[in-house]
Amino acid sequence: MLMISTGNKAVAAAVKQAAPSVVAAYPITPQTEIIEQIASYVAAGEVETEYIPVESEHSAMAACIGASATGVRTFTATSSHGLLYMHEMLHWAAGARLPIVMANVNRALGPGWNTWAEHTDAFSQRDTGWLQVFVGTVQEAYDATLMAFRIAEDERVLLPVMVNLDGFTLSHIMQSLETVDLGDFIPANRLPYAIDVKNPMGYGPMTGPDDYFRFRWDIERSMRDAREVIRETEEEFARRFGRKYGPAEEYRCEDAEVVVVSMGTLGKEAEVAVDILRKEGIKAGSMRLRWFRPFPDLDLKGREVVVIDRDYSFGFGGVVAASLKAKTGIECYNVIAGLGGQEVTYNDIADFVRDRRIGEEMWFGVSE
Amino acid sequence: MYEIRIHSRGGQGGVTAARLLALAAFRDGKHATACPFYGAERRGAPVVSFVRIDDAPIKIYSQIHNPDMVVVLDASVMETVDVLQGLKEGGKVLVNSEHPQEFPGYTSYHVDLTGIALAQDLAIAGTPIVNTPFLGAAAKLGIVSFESVTQAIREMFADERNVKVAEAAYKELVI
Repeated sequence: MLMISTGNKAVAAAVKQAAPSVVAAYPITPQTEIIEQIASYVAAGEVETEYIPVESEHSAMAACIGASATGVRTFTATSSHGLLYMHEMLHWAAGARLPIVMANVNRALGPGWNTWAEHTDAFSQRDTGWLQVFVGTVQEAYDATLMAFRIAEDERVLLPVMVNLDGFTLSHIMQSLETVDLGDFIPANRLPYAIDVKNPMGYGPMTGPDDYFRFRWDIERSMRDAREVIRETEEEFARRFGRKYGPAEEYRCEDAEVVVVSMGTLGKEAEVAVDILRKEGIKAGSMRLRWFRPFPDLDLKGREVVVIDRDYSFGFGGVVAASLKAKTGIECYNVIAGLGGQEVTYNDIADFVRDRRIGEEMWFGVSE
Repeated sequence: MYEIRIHSRGGQGGVTAARLLALAAFRDGKHATACPFYGAERRGAPVVSFVRIDDAPIKIYSQIHNPDMVVVLDASVMETVDVLQGLKEGGKVLVNSEHPQEFPGYTSYHVDLTGIALAQDLAIAGTPIVNTPFLGAAAKLGIVSFESVTQAIREMFADERNVKVAEAAYKELVI
């Protein structure tokens, strides 16, 4: 069905179709619309979900961990400080190999108090063992949420997945959305080692160094396998529903001499900048990085690269630029822009490309 | 691409006006996006929302800096906000007002959306609903079809008075 929807409502629509047995959540701007919408689906009897309104985000993730450990499909949503409040539980969810799906509506961190888009919240959770995908349209928010359940619950992965969408810029914009007839796209969740709630018992969960080390290695093996599972899932999604996704969305990159690498909605705005630059004779392209964990292999050899980071690691640099350099050895022009919802237009992005100084870092609007 | 900036006050339904207009354009078979500019605004504070309409998919997420048209749902915001800022040369201004408004260099229109809403007793907590009558005015200005306006309103609201006020604004707006 073709409709018009906000990013938040698109996520909720996907969750309704995936029909998790448990949703435990706590409201926070700009995510609240997602869980309000799910709560109204549950209240209207449109989905067989137990909705648990908890007293904090830490409890939300704890409740999701408990539910998921019994082998049932589980979802939550949060933003910013809510995500950070979950931090301990995020490590636990991944370490316990629980395929929880969470929408994180990317929002800046206080102080100063700010509810607008920034990616530092998600990146600050990058070492928790969660898969992270970033979307750029309302349609993609829906599609990626559906795929997240299938990827997380695949026996080769069994790790939680975080679907990231830009606060307000995407969470609250209205765009067209085509929902799909899901069929058996997401197979029934089968957790190989589910807790038996009919026969409850306790264990001392102490794990010695040797076993612990093996468990950690097993997480990394699954992260590596996840690349293939993601590829298969995205291919199957395209085969069934006609929309293609990959580790990055490339736009006019084939013959590009300079490529803008960015994430989220800035990556769509960058495509408009590319069209403008092409008219000026600058062979530009855009590569919108979708998956952040596992970090994809990107082919950027022989191109100049401009990385826009909507995030920052103080005392080090932009997280995307640093990751790209670590993985590919590529020196880029690193533009720090859009923090706390700073307005960044396609004209600004075109300027970043025109004025690029490879090897340097520039804070848009404040540094030279 | 046709870009519209809507000025209103928090709680007046300006965001819903943008969403209704995008939905109507979408029902016309166009691509449309509606986005609010959320600030630290509170009920009663001046706010803006944006609508983009195009034949091709819209990839722009930044705010509208040079609109083709400005809509003022509450004329009192003009006392503190420069509603004409960035408006394209010869652009349109539509003001919710009983009285004609003069904006040299621009094409101005006025219609009493508040009066139309009050005539139908259409108000929430004492605040007249001006966004559904605005949709009728938008149809009169040719931005969307009137058929899509009624469809969009019925998709979002059960109260049929919302369609009546759109019809009234369509009739009353002089172009």
